[in-house]
Formats: sequence, structure tokens, C-alpha cells
Amino acid sequence: MSILINKNTRVITQGITGATGLFHAQGARDYGTLMVGGVTPGKGGSSIDGFPVFDTVKDAVEKTGATASVIYVPPPFAADSIMEAVDAGIELVCCITEGIPVLDMVKVKQYMKGRKTRLVGPNCPGVITPGECKIGIMPGYIHKPGKVGVVSRSGTLTYEAVWQLTCLGLGQSTCVGIGGDPVNGTNHLDVLRLFEADPDTEAVIMIGEIGGTSEEEGAWFVKEHMTKPVAAYIAGITAPPGKRMGHAGAIISGGKGTATEKVAVLRECGISVAASPAEMAQALLKIYKP
Amino acid sequence: MNIHEYQAKAILREFGVPVPDGHVCYNSAGAREWAKRLGEGPWVVKAQIHAGGRGKGGGVKLARTSEEVRLITREMLGMTLRTHQTGPEGKLVTRVLVENGCNIANELYVSLVVDRGTSKVTVMASTEGGMDIEEVAATTPEKIFTETIDPLVGLTAFQCRKIAFSLGLGGKLVNRAVTVLQGLYKTFIACDCSMLEINPLVITAEDNLICLDAKFGFDDNAVFRHPKLSDMRDYDEEDPNEIEASQHDLSYISLSGDIGCLVNGAGLAMATMDIIKHYGGDPANFLDVGGGATIERVTEAFKLILSDKNVKGILVNIFGGIMKCDIIATGVVEAAKQVSLQVPLVVRLEGTNVARGKEILAESGLDIVAADGMADAAQKIVAAVKGVNP
Repeated sequence: MSILINKNTRVITQGITGATGLFHAQGARDYGTLMVGGVTPGKGGSSIDGFPVFDTVKDAVEKTGATASVIYVPPPFAADSIMEAVDAGIELVCCITEGIPVLDMVKVKQYMKGRKTRLVGPNCPGVITPGECKIGIMPGYIHKPGKVGVVSRSGTLTYEAVWQLTCLGLGQSTCVGIGGDPVNGTNHLDVLRLFEADPDTEAVIMIGEIGGTSEEEGAWFVKEHMTKPVAAYIAGITAPPGKRMGHAGAIISGGKGTATEKVAVLRECGISVAASPAEMAQALLKIYKP
Repeated sequence: MNIHEYQAKAILREFGVPVPDGHVCYNSAGAREWAKRLGEGPWVVKAQIHAGGRGKGGGVKLARTSEEVRLITREMLGMTLRTHQTGPEGKLVTRVLVENGCNIANELYVSLVVDRGTSKVTVMASTEGGMDIEEVAATTPEKIFTETIDPLVGLTAFQCRKIAFSLGLGGKLVNRAVTVLQGLYKTFIACDCSMLEINPLVITAEDNLICLDAKFGFDDNAVFRHPKLSDMRDYDEEDPNEIEASQHDLSYISLSGDIGCLVNGAGLAMATMDIIKHYGGDPANFLDVGGGATIERVTEAFKLILSDKNVKGILVNIFGGIMKCDIIATGVVEAAKQVSLQVPLVVRLEGTNVARGKEILAESGLDIVAADGMADAAQKIVAAVKGVNP
């Protein structure tokens, strides 16, 4: 078992005829993902490297039975693509695109109210259930099927955590990159709730960074409702205040959302916090016996 | 991106938000002429730099005569203004804003921000105008009033009135507050702001509302659809290395340490800074080369790091997803050759095409220390910079 996706998940790629979209669609297929087609407006009816291409997400869903989509559309058009997927009734949308204007995302969030779609991202690496289904840009080979769930705001730090786990022989149930933007679809809390309910996830690593309160909300959930051990790492202890560290979300303003404050809250909630990013897997092993 | 106060006020004026009449001046004679054209006085002369706290540093002065405007301007232009936000090196004043003074009866605070909690724009107001809002939030949070704005209908009149009444406004001021707040929201949306702060919003003796200062934060992701705003960028106010970086689509922030970092991904870049500190070193910069970096971009990133004279060693930490390790390796080798590298270089590669990346580094004949994992990499570069053999 796993969360969000498994070997039966049928996936389409929005922006499949772009270089990035095609590269990662091929990578997903090579990994074993049921990548059943793609969407590029105006290129419907054609095919690219064996993937059927559709004009609209609605067409693609009707013809392929896809329930998940991954978006590699450039930032000015990506918000529209998310809404198109939502409108077509896609259950899970992973938006990889980085650099979507935040006010576009404000509209998207409002548009999604009352609809069944879950959005992961934007500005994220995607979701992977090792050995079964890979939706996104993460390198597949670093993963190993297993029982540890991983949730993170940062792409490359997720890889770091996964690699540490794999090197210690610990596999992963599902890894979810929720993205670094201030307005996004799924937060730490949502994913922790899914991991808690998943019988095949035994423990969780949660990775956060400065800015916002997503990590704290996750931590309070851990304290109140979670029976599974959780370890964490928070990036940005040394980040100077007021500077945007690449992620639009990674900015500390007025003392709110500093790494030190977050670490204190997480520890208070019984989470094993790694002292350095090289010790994420070890921090988990302190409280989890596989 | 930041803009100057006079530019911020021009934008507000365009959207019907009341601001004092004023004009930007680059020399003292011009300042005197503009003062006469603006009105009877008194006037306020304000140094235009991208930093707050100007008043305390002598960057805001009242002038009673147009001759005084000229003298104050002459004094301000060319001075280096130091405030708590400029750092000890201060900022050179090259232009001033001359504007009409007003009779201040009371000072309020208003701002708009994108609230990540609700995923909506929120308006925040307080009776404590002129004060640092973070301080108000910490000491007297009951003096801050907020309204969450529905993106579908925008900031409604009743919400503005709620805020006005909470601030203790009455009479004509209530409807004037509606005009000001709705104008600010319109500006916020039209300019793709991430933050818009009016501090103070002044109640004048004549019962008018007027924005005495304005601070914009723009969403960098939306700059592409606002060419007019990018024209307002003042490169003199920015770190030259950060400008160079942005021209190559690199995310770079200079810091005070001596270990240069080249990393892919913002989270990993922050974590790399953290682990350098953890092992007793001090990072010289934050640098995220991003996912779609080319060999040229990596080369530029490398040159950028080396242009910082404090850099005594470089740590490259790459976990390739989109980013391929062989591209990074080629870029590093190219750059190291071009700049004839003199400082120790530790490289840690993992992820997509890692084997090829390691080969390229090994075949280059350059003196590169390979590392396995972040801890090993950080320990090696810290040791190298401290003069110990890694």
C-alpha cells in the first residue's frame, strides 16, 4: 500500500510535447508508471514517442481513463492548466512548474473549493511510490520500496532524505514533495494525515524550511493524532531575515517562521529533529525500530 | 524587486489613492523650483534610498522656505545615509523627493499581504501608525484588525467600513477610508504585489486621509507581465553580484562568510549553508542554480562565487533530479579552467547521470576533492579553508 498513487494509477502529462514534459514522461514510463498520454493544445490527435497527445484534459481523461496528471507547462499558463485538470475531474494533480505568480495561485485555490481534486505543488518534485509509480522529476533509482513516508517542501532535500534512508536499507512507502511556494495545494498536515491512515507506512520523515507555519501545523497534528514515529529537519537556520532564499516561501519576516522557532515547536510535539541535513535518517532511527 | 518611495507614490496616484503632491529631484536648484511649483510650503525633503529608518539617519527633513529646500537637498545629495536597514556601509543618496507637508492629526497603519494560511489577500490595519507592525503584533495584538479578501468579489465596502470603525474613524473619514482601502487593493492586484504597506496613513487636521509613505513588495514570479515596473528597478540600490546572478537566472544572495556554495534547489542550498555552519565554517553565499541550468549558467555561477574576494574555498553540492550531474561537472570544469581556480574545491554529486559527472571531474586533471554525502563534503571544505589537509 501507499498514499496518493500506486501501480494502477493512470497518469497523463500536461505539456507533453515540451522538452521537459517529454523527458520526464519518458522517465516515468521507464520507471513503470502507467503514463497513458499527454495534453498539448493544438496537437491533439498526434502522438509523441508512443504517447497519444490530446487537445484538452477532458479528451485525455475520456480516452485514457487517467485519474492523475502532472504539469510541466510554463509559469504564465500553468495556473490555467491546473484549473483545466480540476475541471476534467482529475483526482490528483502534481504541478511541477516553478515560478507561477502567487495571485494566480490565489485564484486557483478559490476555484478548487468544493471540487474533489487534490493539488500537489506547484514548484515541487512530484510524488513517487517506489517500485510502482513515479509522477515528477525525482531520480527514480535513489528510491526503494518500503515503510517510511517522506513529505517535504524542498525537492533536492527530499532526494537527500530518501538517499539516506535507502543507504541504510530503509525503503519508502510514498514520497511527496509539496513545493516551496507560499500558496500551494497540499501541506504537511494533509500528507501526515494520509500517512497516519496508511497501514503500510510505519514512520515518517518531514522536511521543512523557514517561512510560514505549515510545519508547525503538521507538528500539532503529530502530537494530537499520530501514532507513528516522525522525524524532521528544518532548513534555513543560518538564513538571514528578510531575504528570499529561492523559494518564494522561504523568507522570514518579522521573526515569524524562523527555523529556530519551528525546531522548538517540533521537539515539543515529540518529533525527532535532525541537527544537520546529513542526519535525517539517523534522527528517524532514534525513535523508530524497523 | 524594490522601488523608491517617489515611484511607489506615483503608482498609488494612478490608482486614485491620495498621496502628497511631490516630485523627485536630482539637484538642489531643481528642488527649489519644484518646491515653488508644488505650493506654499512647508515642504518635506526625503532622501530616496531602498531602506527604512531614513528619518533617524537624517534622510527626512522639513523645510519652511524654498531656499531651505535647496540647502537641505544640497546637503542630502551625495551623502551616505546609514539606517538600521542599510548596514554599516550605508547607501549613497542620488535623488530626493520634495513634497508638500501636511497637518498630521493622527497616524494609522494599513497593509495588504498574501496570507499563506488562508491562501488569500488580507488587509491589516492598526491604530499604531508610524510604528513597526511586527512590534505592535508582539506587544499589542488587539490593536491590529484584519479582513480576508475573497478573490472573486475583492475588498468589499462593508469590510472597509468594519476596519474604519475598528480604527475609531467616524463621519466623512469612514467613506474616505473605503476609497483608500479599495484603491490599495486595486493597486495590489493590478501590480501583482506580494506586500503593500502604508505606514503611516495620516489623518490630516482637515479630516482627509493621505498616504505619507508607501512600501511595495512585488511578486518576482509576476514581473514578466509588468514591463513598466521592471523599468523602475534601480540597479544602484542592489548588490552588483545579485544583479549579475539574476541576469543568468541564478538565485544568489551574498553573505559574509568565506565558503562559496553552488547548490541545486533552494532547500538543499539552505541546508548546505546550515551544515557548513554546523561544522564550524561560514558560508559566503546562497546560490541555487535551479533545475534547468545549462553549462553556461553553471560557469557564470562559478565565476560569480569567485568574484567575492572573501571566498577561500568552494563547495559544490548537487543532487540531480532535473539537473544532470554531467552538466554540473562540465560547467565546473569549464569555469575552473577559465578563472584558473586558486582556492580548494570540494564537489559532492548525486542523482541523475552521477557516474558520468564523476568521470568528467576525474578526467579534468583539476585538483578537485570528491566527497560522499553532505557531512563529508562540509567537513572537507571547512578543513580545507582552515588550512588543514582535507
